[in-house]
Amino acid sequence: MANRITLQITRYHPGHDEKPRLETYEVPLRKEWVVLDALNYIKDYLDGSLSFRWSCRMGVCGSCGMTVNGVPKLTCATFVSDYAPGPVRIEPLKHFPVLRDLVVDTSDFLVKLAKSKPWIIRSVNKSLEEEYLQTPEQLEAYKQFSMCINCMLCYAACPVYGLDPLFSGPAAIALAQRYNMDSRDEGAGKRLDILSHHDGIWACTFVGECTKVCPKNVDPASAIQQYKLTASLEWVKSFVLPRGGQ
Amino acid sequence: MVLLERIIQENRPSMLDISSHDVLLVGGGGAGLRAAIAVAETNPRLSVAVVSKVYPMRSHTVAAEGGAAGVHLAEDSLDEHAYDTVSGGDWLCDQDAVEIFVREAPRELVQLEHWGCPWSREPDGRIAVRPFGGMKKTRTWFAADKTGFHMLHTLFQTSLKYDGVVRYDEYFVTKLLVDDGRVQGVVALELTTGKVQAITAKAVILCAGGCGRVFRFTTNAAIKTGDGMALAYRAGAPLKDMEFVQYHPTGLPFTGILITEAARAEGGFLLNKDGYRYLQDYDLGRPEAKPVLRSMELGPRDRLSQAFVREQEKGRTLEGPYGAVVNLDLRHLGERTINSKLPFVRELCLKYEKIDPIAQMIPVRPVVHYMMGGVHTDLNGATPLKGLYAAGEVACVSINGANRLGSNSLPELLVFGARAGRAAAAYAAEQEPPGRYLLAQALDEESRLQEQFLQKTGGHEQIAVLREEMQKIMEQSAGIFRSGKSLTVAADKLHELQGRFRDIRMDDRGRLFNTELISALELSHMLDVAETMAQCALQRTESRGAHQRTDYPARDDEKFLAHSMVCRSADGRPQVEYAPVTITRWPPAERVYGR
Repeated sequence: MANRITLQITRYHPGHDEKPRLETYEVPLRKEWVVLDALNYIKDYLDGSLSFRWSCRMGVCGSCGMTVNGVPKLTCATFVSDYAPGPVRIEPLKHFPVLRDLVVDTSDFLVKLAKSKPWIIRSVNKSLEEEYLQTPEQLEAYKQFSMCINCMLCYAACPVYGLDPLFSGPAAIALAQRYNMDSRDEGAGKRLDILSHHDGIWACTFVGECTKVCPKNVDPASAIQQYKLTASLEWVKSFVLPRGGQ
Repeated sequence: MVLLERIIQENRPSMLDISSHDVLLVGGGGAGLRAAIAVAETNPRLSVAVVSKVYPMRSHTVAAEGGAAGVHLAEDSLDEHAYDTVSGGDWLCDQDAVEIFVREAPRELVQLEHWGCPWSREPDGRIAVRPFGGMKKTRTWFAADKTGFHMLHTLFQTSLKYDGVVRYDEYFVTKLLVDDGRVQGVVALELTTGKVQAITAKAVILCAGGCGRVFRFTTNAAIKTGDGMALAYRAGAPLKDMEFVQYHPTGLPFTGILITEAARAEGGFLLNKDGYRYLQDYDLGRPEAKPVLRSMELGPRDRLSQAFVREQEKGRTLEGPYGAVVNLDLRHLGERTINSKLPFVRELCLKYEKIDPIAQMIPVRPVVHYMMGGVHTDLNGATPLKGLYAAGEVACVSINGANRLGSNSLPELLVFGARAGRAAAAYAAEQEPPGRYLLAQALDEESRLQEQFLQKTGGHEQIAVLREEMQKIMEQSAGIFRSGKSLTVAADKLHELQGRFRDIRMDDRGRLFNTELISALELSHMLDVAETMAQCALQRTESRGAHQRTDYPARDDEKFLAHSMVCRSADGRPQVEYAPVTITRWPPAERVYGR
């Protein structure tokens, strides 16, 4: 293994630079280094002005998503040596406005997440003296959707989101479905209007790119398909049951 | 500049009132979000601001793995949880705080259940609990081995339903605004724009987490730089028990990634180079095939980390590429248990060590994990500085004393986050709105940031170099075992680094998302906090819990059954005094494990 590797990194400072450019850096190639370690080496020793987000460096906080050789990746869970002999191209996540270098503006997701009402909705709550029973099977029904770390790789991979920024997107829909499938929740009907109109789930053509790039093995594509069914059922219920099935 | 421009343009200094709230949280992790919800539920008319340097779901609560303790089974009792906590903390806990903690923890965990936390369950649907280190009864609630992740996302998602909660995501707080002896808001830097902003509030709750990044080898995320501790310290609030640093016995070499204590609770063994369960040589009990509570691998973290060092001194550890290690053996647990109870452990080992714990042993070594010390608060999270509250790892109530038990920190941030939220809500409702005179302070702070960092010319010192020197000296001199000599070296070195920090070189002159500026501010916070740690450790001439002095190996209740209280003196150096420990029902005694 050669002992150096070349990284080509997007640099962009809005207001200073007319457009993004690729800058080349050479870093040591170490077998235990993830891409994030290489970026930190650059920031610490070569160029302190390089901007990127990171925190836990163990694949759970969701901060460090970037595009590595064209594919959305968590850079703390992607080894540099897998790309040897290089060069490795590191760019910001696609489909989001770039704030600076490798930092993108994901605030759109936060708005969509809130709209999908990702909290337990019930008409009557138990007292805090007792828990709701939930069998391991009932837990399993929604568990995988609860594993979403909000890293935004699925949005960067989603061709529908790329074309239509109004699309709620894979993670927001998966998290809505996470609550719909929770045996403690009664709110599926309340999550309908947000997700079932045109910029909601119907725009998804089941390309499945979201599921492929998810670093936590969540399957947003299936959440979207499931949701189409839930939405149809709730829509029917709203006609046949008193008070709209609520 | 922005504030000034606004004032000049609009010629009305009261522009500051635009970003004004009733209660302001610094930090949006578990404690901050729990506190925010508590404020919103206590008084829905109050406006709550969550100011965080990262999006809340990035906060380090996300990395907690093993679980959250709260009495749950009929065979358990609040007194037993309290006794485990007090003895685990080597009698430095305030027992009135511990009694409140154990009483309110189960209720808070049920509250999380009601909010949707995916707790692991028994076949009949009841909450499942698992054993944990230093606990005599099985009482640790868990969501597989991603408990903190699920708690944080549950709290964050639930917080979205409260209209009164406003978020300032990716705002870095640089200063507490104090006037008339009262904390009345913060100055913060908006990362996206580089804009400096005053955000006033009638009460401020610090929930900014710990400071593991003061050390080189740590489980802690990059963001854990002691910001909240430094802000409080600079504003004149005392920090408490800063010498007590928890080393977790099982971190992966190189990365410092945590392998949860749950791995041992499920039955994992710690083995030295001869395959021998060495903990039996350190007064931790006899090795049994099945885990025995408060014994061997389920002993407390301080004792296990110290045993590792002793084993290393005897030459009975293994040499890895990143120093000495021992093996954590989970192979006998079988694939099914590992996949259902410890899936994240397996995922992390496969990803970062290229080993599969089903078939291979995991190399581990002690790693800095948690700060028992923090901003001194009373039972409601109030600090001695009016208007300032603190909860979570940033705070020291103290329920953790000289050594925190595993799975007590998650319920702690719920119990005391909620209490601080309620207390701050009540306090804020009684206060007058912050005055306009805070404007001058905010403008001064903006000038400081410009002069010391953004427009600084010259400078020779590299941020990364100073940070590494700090981390190295802390590890060498203020680690698992310390001495008067090593701590004096550390204190001198930190003082030198403080001087060199004034000569730092800045590469980045940009306003937008200037992460170099943030690194510099974080380093200055860490240097202040590190100095308090070294000074408190130097002056505590005894050994207790996680603070082990080789020159004073015994516990000294005559002199040191007391909290270290450290304040910043006029010359900027830390000054240590002592405050009594509250003992209610458990007089100091010997800590006994495995016998």
